[in-house]
Amino acid sequence: MTSLRTPLYDLSANLKARFTEFAGWEMPVQYSGIKQEHQAVRTAAGLFDISHMGKFFLRGQGVLAALQTLVPSDLSRLTPGEAQYTVLLNPQGGIIDDLIIYSQGTELDGRERVAIIVNAATTDKDKAWMTEHLSADIAFEDVSRDRALIAVQGPEAVAQLQRLTAEDLDKVGRFGHIEGTVLGQPAFLARTGYTGEDGFEVMMSADGGQALWQTLVENGVMPCGLGARDTLRLEAAMALYGQDITDDTTPLEAGLKWLVHLDGAGEFIGRQVLEQQSTDGVARRLVGLQMEGRNIARHDYPVMQDGAAVGIVTSGTLSPTLGYPIALAYVPANLGKVGQSLAVEIRGKTFPAQVVKKPFYKRKTS
Amino acid sequence: MALEFPDDLKYLDTHEYARVDEDDAIVTIGISAFALDQLGDIVFLELPDVGDTVEKGETFGTVESVKAVEDLKSPVNGDVLERNEAIVDSPEQIVDDPYGDAWLIKIKAENLEDLDDAMSADEYRDQVEGS
Repeated sequence: MTSLRTPLYDLSANLKARFTEFAGWEMPVQYSGIKQEHQAVRTAAGLFDISHMGKFFLRGQGVLAALQTLVPSDLSRLTPGEAQYTVLLNPQGGIIDDLIIYSQGTELDGRERVAIIVNAATTDKDKAWMTEHLSADIAFEDVSRDRALIAVQGPEAVAQLQRLTAEDLDKVGRFGHIEGTVLGQPAFLARTGYTGEDGFEVMMSADGGQALWQTLVENGVMPCGLGARDTLRLEAAMALYGQDITDDTTPLEAGLKWLVHLDGAGEFIGRQVLEQQSTDGVARRLVGLQMEGRNIARHDYPVMQDGAAVGIVTSGTLSPTLGYPIALAYVPANLGKVGQSLAVEIRGKTFPAQVVKKPFYKRKTS
Repeated sequence: MALEFPDDLKYLDTHEYARVDEDDAIVTIGISAFALDQLGDIVFLELPDVGDTVEKGETFGTVESVKAVEDLKSPVNGDVLERNEAIVDSPEQIVDDPYGDAWLIKIKAENLEDLDDAMSADEYRDQVEGS
């Protein structure tokens, strides 16, 4: 099977990006270097080709009410122009995927418009799950392979994007979104991201995305690959589907309690398990770990306590911003308190670690 | 930018290089410029202690980039005479001078014939550039 290429592939190749296979796509993993790209996003602005992500547009009567049966967040709170980060749940309360649901308002004939962005690796699975559970009256458009999606992230990201559009981006709040034009072409702009910085994610046609990419690069925004995207999101303690959250982990175990609205969400698949966990407490929790030495805890390394394996590292790296190794790990709830001393087994030896507050890095808001 | 592969070194297919001091049977091990380029920013090195024994074809340490962990293999049997503390302390500098200041360990080799199956610079260049 040949890999898919995004509309921006050639532009990345021209920039001498190094590519990697990711979820069936040939994606740039780095351009100038992960650390340099990471730092650009923390201090100035970077742009990412995330066109591989799943992109759906739904239209019909009662779309949000129908989606409500699939997610634990209260979608009735969503007003047009707002978005909700949430999860699709299986009957066991496990996470089928994490996603963002964008309410785009209601047309004159009463049909609701909703945009959904999901992970690349789970696009087909999500589409099948949603179409199986949604009424056939709801039109489900999948533009995953056609549209360009570009993330512009960093303290200077909004100003960089503002130069290219007449829309007043200051009026778009966090998780807000608008439809407008960028460089004279139609664009869907959402104030979201996966880096822990301010910024936008912009969906355009393939042509429009190429123009936006080139202009941002010419204006000095640093092209960044999946490598920096991973270190940035990990510093911000944002979960990566397939590692930190999976079909076998619930949002309550994963520290995503803030998106579980048991009071308002009504009946949704997986509710019983979340109710049970909410009452009884969870047996394990996804916690932040800071390694005390320089050894880097990585995905699948065992977490140790008194010589016994008690948990598992789901993501880990040397934090470029902080300068020490950080990790996310599932540990028994009673060992998950901030300050708890644990250890991680790395190549047969154990190294001390401590449970620390998440996120590891938080941007300064002015 | 073309990568350099000095002619006076031997290379392994696992991308370590060996600088051989024939008179004293001392072999200096490092990582090739090709491997460093592939790995990207190096963030961690784990090397054996002085006095440890290493074995031909066996893992003696690890190098980690932001994204990957790779084993380091020894081209010879022998004992570790020295390890480069400066590069352990500042692994990100390995890329600045991989064949000079950024060597990893020096081994007192039992038998330099262990290196007979290692590649010359030309052979190694053909392998990595042909890939």
